[in-house]
Amino acid sequence: MQGKRGLVMGVANNRSIAWAIAQACALQGAELAFTFQGEALEKRVRPLAESIGSDIVLPCDVGDDAAIDETFAQIEAKWGKLDFLVHAIGWADKQYLRGRYLDTPRDAFLQAMDISCFSFTAVSRRASALMQPGGSLLTLSYLGAERVMPHYNMMGVAKAALEASVRYMAADLGGAGIRVNAISAGPIKTLAASGIGDFSYILKWNQLNAPLERNVSTDEVGGAGLYLLSDLSSGVTGEVHHVDSGYHIVGMKNPAAPDIAAIKD
Amino acid sequence: MSEIADRVKKIVVEHLGVEESKVTPEASFIDDLGADSLDTVELVMAFEEAFGVEIPEDAAEKISTVKDAIDYIEKQKAA
Repeated sequence: MQGKRGLVMGVANNRSIAWAIAQACALQGAELAFTFQGEALEKRVRPLAESIGSDIVLPCDVGDDAAIDETFAQIEAKWGKLDFLVHAIGWADKQYLRGRYLDTPRDAFLQAMDISCFSFTAVSRRASALMQPGGSLLTLSYLGAERVMPHYNMMGVAKAALEASVRYMAADLGGAGIRVNAISAGPIKTLAASGIGDFSYILKWNQLNAPLERNVSTDEVGGAGLYLLSDLSSGVTGEVHHVDSGYHIVGMKNPAAPDIAAIKD
Repeated sequence: MSEIADRVKKIVVEHLGVEESKVTPEASFIDDLGADSLDTVELVMAFEEAFGVEIPEDAAEKISTVKDAIDYIEKQKAA
């Protein structure tokens, strides 16, 4: 990754998947810039960025086109070009990450779609304009896009749209030699996951039923991210790559796993 | 002071970067120790990891002081 420059959007703290991807890229020599939204996140991102020698830490509200323009204008002014982008941003009103999806009100739905799906399209348009052939765009998804997961509700719908947008953008940008992919990570206890109901139950379930019989670490997602952002994956685009201990291939619980009642708590 | 209380205190000092003398049992994370709402979530995650306990969301919401955290963890460990 020597000589490559990448923008990482959506690091919250040192448990963040985006941070693991950033670290993996930095370790291989990539130069990085970070964006944050709001003071609370800035005070977390800045020291992390500094720890890997990055001094470009910019505010970016991905719900605001003018703010996105400003962020990329600064990237262009500082670097002139961009080689890769990591989009690790999603948001949904927690209030509706329980109960029935069916009851999601319009405004909550649109906001989740805007921040969790459209923001990747919005930043990819600006990022790809700064990229040359070999550029790579990466976002994060979850199996809840493909199958029903309890409580994931409108985030599942937004992630499904996000994965579809990966395919459409891969087609749009393929001629320019720019690749677009997603990683569908297994459940990981991050700050964002703390908003999902019964998360420890989901972790336990995956650990017991995934083919590898364990959960994945952020470092493992970091490694996969490095692959998709580097030239090692130069023939891969439009892909949703599962880093989930193989859980996505499973149709029923592992016969060796205890009954649901036995693992509750 | 119990071993659990000691470790809770140490985690709070480390995470919030506050002086040890300020971390009294009655100290509120937000009102007295300058924590923001993300800090409180991060602290709960740090406690879970350090003590190998699970602190569900509804319980986590009720943990606002150092004593709340110690009491909850002690109860979990005793169970």
